[in-house]
Amino acid sequence: MVNGLNLAFQFLDSFAFVVLAAAGLAVIFGIMGVINLAHGEFILFGAYATTKSVTALGLPLPVAMVVGSLLTAAFGVVVERTIISGFVPNWVGQKTVGRDLIEPLYDRLADSMVATFGLSLVMVQSARIVFGNSIDTVGTPFGNVAYGAFSYSTYRLVLAGVAIAVLVAAYYVFTRTTFGTRVRATMQDEQTARALGVDTGRTYMLTFGIGSGLAGLTGALFAPVLSMQPTLGDQFLIEAFVAVVVGGPSVVLGTALSGGVLGAVSATVTNLTDSTTFGRIALLVAAILALRFLPGGITGLVERVRARRQEATDGD
Amino acid sequence: MSGDGISRRQFVTAGGAAMVAGLAGCSSTDGGGATTDTMSSADTVKIGVLEDQSGNFALNGTPKYRASMLAIEEINNDGGIGGREIEPVTRDPQSDNQRYQELTREFINEENVDALWAGYSSATREAIRPIINRNEQLYFYTTQYEGGVCDETTFAMGPTARQQLGSVLPYLREEFGPDIYIIAADYNFGQLSADWVRVLADENDANIVGEEFIPLSESSFGSVINNIQAAEPDFVMSMLVGANHASFYEQKASAGLDVPIGTSTAMAQGYEHKRLDPPAMANIYAGVNYMEEVPTESNAGDGGLVDRYYEKYPDEGEYVNEEAETNYFSTYMYKEAVEQAGTVEQPEVIEALESGISLGTERAPEAPEGETIELDGATHHVDHHMWVMRADDEHNVEAITDRKIPEQFLSETVGCDLREEDEQTQYTPVDYFEEAE
Repeated sequence: MVNGLNLAFQFLDSFAFVVLAAAGLAVIFGIMGVINLAHGEFILFGAYATTKSVTALGLPLPVAMVVGSLLTAAFGVVVERTIISGFVPNWVGQKTVGRDLIEPLYDRLADSMVATFGLSLVMVQSARIVFGNSIDTVGTPFGNVAYGAFSYSTYRLVLAGVAIAVLVAAYYVFTRTTFGTRVRATMQDEQTARALGVDTGRTYMLTFGIGSGLAGLTGALFAPVLSMQPTLGDQFLIEAFVAVVVGGPSVVLGTALSGGVLGAVSATVTNLTDSTTFGRIALLVAAILALRFLPGGITGLVERVRARRQEATDGD
Repeated sequence: MSGDGISRRQFVTAGGAAMVAGLAGCSSTDGGGATTDTMSSADTVKIGVLEDQSGNFALNGTPKYRASMLAIEEINNDGGIGGREIEPVTRDPQSDNQRYQELTREFINEENVDALWAGYSSATREAIRPIINRNEQLYFYTTQYEGGVCDETTFAMGPTARQQLGSVLPYLREEFGPDIYIIAADYNFGQLSADWVRVLADENDANIVGEEFIPLSESSFGSVINNIQAAEPDFVMSMLVGANHASFYEQKASAGLDVPIGTSTAMAQGYEHKRLDPPAMANIYAGVNYMEEVPTESNAGDGGLVDRYYEKYPDEGEYVNEEAETNYFSTYMYKEAVEQAGTVEQPEVIEALESGISLGTERAPEAPEGETIELDGATHHVDHHMWVMRADDEHNVEAITDRKIPEQFLSETVGCDLREEDEQTQYTPVDYFEEAE
């Protein structure tokens, strides 16, 4: 009873969800080596900022989405300066003790997890204290497309388009601009990059800001389709981590590929079995298999194949 | 090792004392007029209230907590229970079942509460029921639930699935036709509720044309919506639960799915019609004992429950939910029972409760859900006043039908009689109805 259009739409839906959930996390993890367990709460921040911009300030939805993303990016920069880089304590430390007291959390996976987990708890509870147990939602725009007995929300299709646009934009920023070159240089070898004149501290700050902004954008985009309450970030975190693990070290390409693969697995299985539960199980089984057979993720495999080819041509 | 043990025990004692001190501070400011310093504890009736004000169930738990405080304040202002002031003991279990278990032990063993109100979810109830049974604690569970708990010291005051679904399903069958599609949360409550839909479908000459159980963490409903469209039911029965599942209603509206939906979970508990943008909840029919919009004098009239609630808690965006009303009237039922028994000794109070307490009589106030409601002594459940409530395109909610529906499963099918025999069992429909299998 598989309907081709249903399957296609559900694939696009899953693809958009996985890609948007993972984008910000992938940027921050891939480039800075920081595992941001507050990723879901950054999405919450974006969703709340967007919703409040509409309901309290009366901004039109698209403007509110931009505001929501930018506010989350700004918040991310503050978090980077204070918690991740330890800039503020350092500054205090230098004044009073005369030396660096606090090491930044870059490339300290476990430490960054603990710090950002703490941050996520603080953010959820703060949202609850400030805004209560829920806030009013804004409705989903655009209506639906009808085909035969079926119909699908147009907005969910727009989300898939936005997901692709986000990937293209990220690809452009990180591979075609001077900033992107600096980011990649910092990521490959921080000390050399600094010796060559790259302000690595600033690069990290901006990267975290971009990652946070992407999380905020995800929140902004999903604000009209989700129920607004302080724990809404939870539903993104697992998909985001699975996507990053399956995607592997190459940030943009990895997210795109894992979004495609996981979206296809989840949509196909859901459709064949008529059960969301099985779709979800299939997605997690795919992640387990990927971890077992592709320890470097999909892009890790691509790189390994490329390296092997390189060796083969060098040998000639 | 033994030195370690002593220091740990000292630490726990000190911590416990600090917590009790902190709590005393809390309850005297929060409890509304309950001053504890001048009265010895024998002069007060000690009520334990454990409701979630943070964590997953905060949205549903906060109104429950507040309604309990409102009832306690009213009773105290009115002279207390048989002249004795109520002393509320409360703590926030944070939607965490382990914390519930710890606090339940503490409330029973150290606080010696005379009666305990605790818990939103069925999972919580089942987590603390063994502790309650071991201590023979008088316990009020006040959430609408799947039904079937026949327990000597537990009083399940909320309506059961059979009462809730039994009010809305026959109405939808009559109005729209016989084909039903079931969507339910994938855990004990959803599974058992779906069993009840099957039983009720059979009784009302309807067919199940599709059924889907959805994990609590799911928030994308594209395929569910397509499946419903493919099955072309006359109406959907939805027992979706929690914040993630609330997204279903927004998504089905934006996808253009406009089939009527009957529910025992939406609107009355998480007030989706207030939180979501219209027309997400258009054409949703809730089978409930209470919503803020229930048009009785003691609820929506001047100085009714809704007025008094918002006077005490004027927060915007709040809602007096189904469970809040249950907490509220059950506190009054407890008052009646204690006054009848003439003591707070739990076996005597339970005996008084089992003699059948009614609200809306000459002695007791009317229940906000409607006129009189009775506690059935044999099953420890309530014969509720049940409503079918419908939300329109603008999310205005109106009452469509109302009738008294007794708890039937334990009394008629199982034959549970706690006055005759002490039990601590939860019965499920699968054991009694072929069509539930």
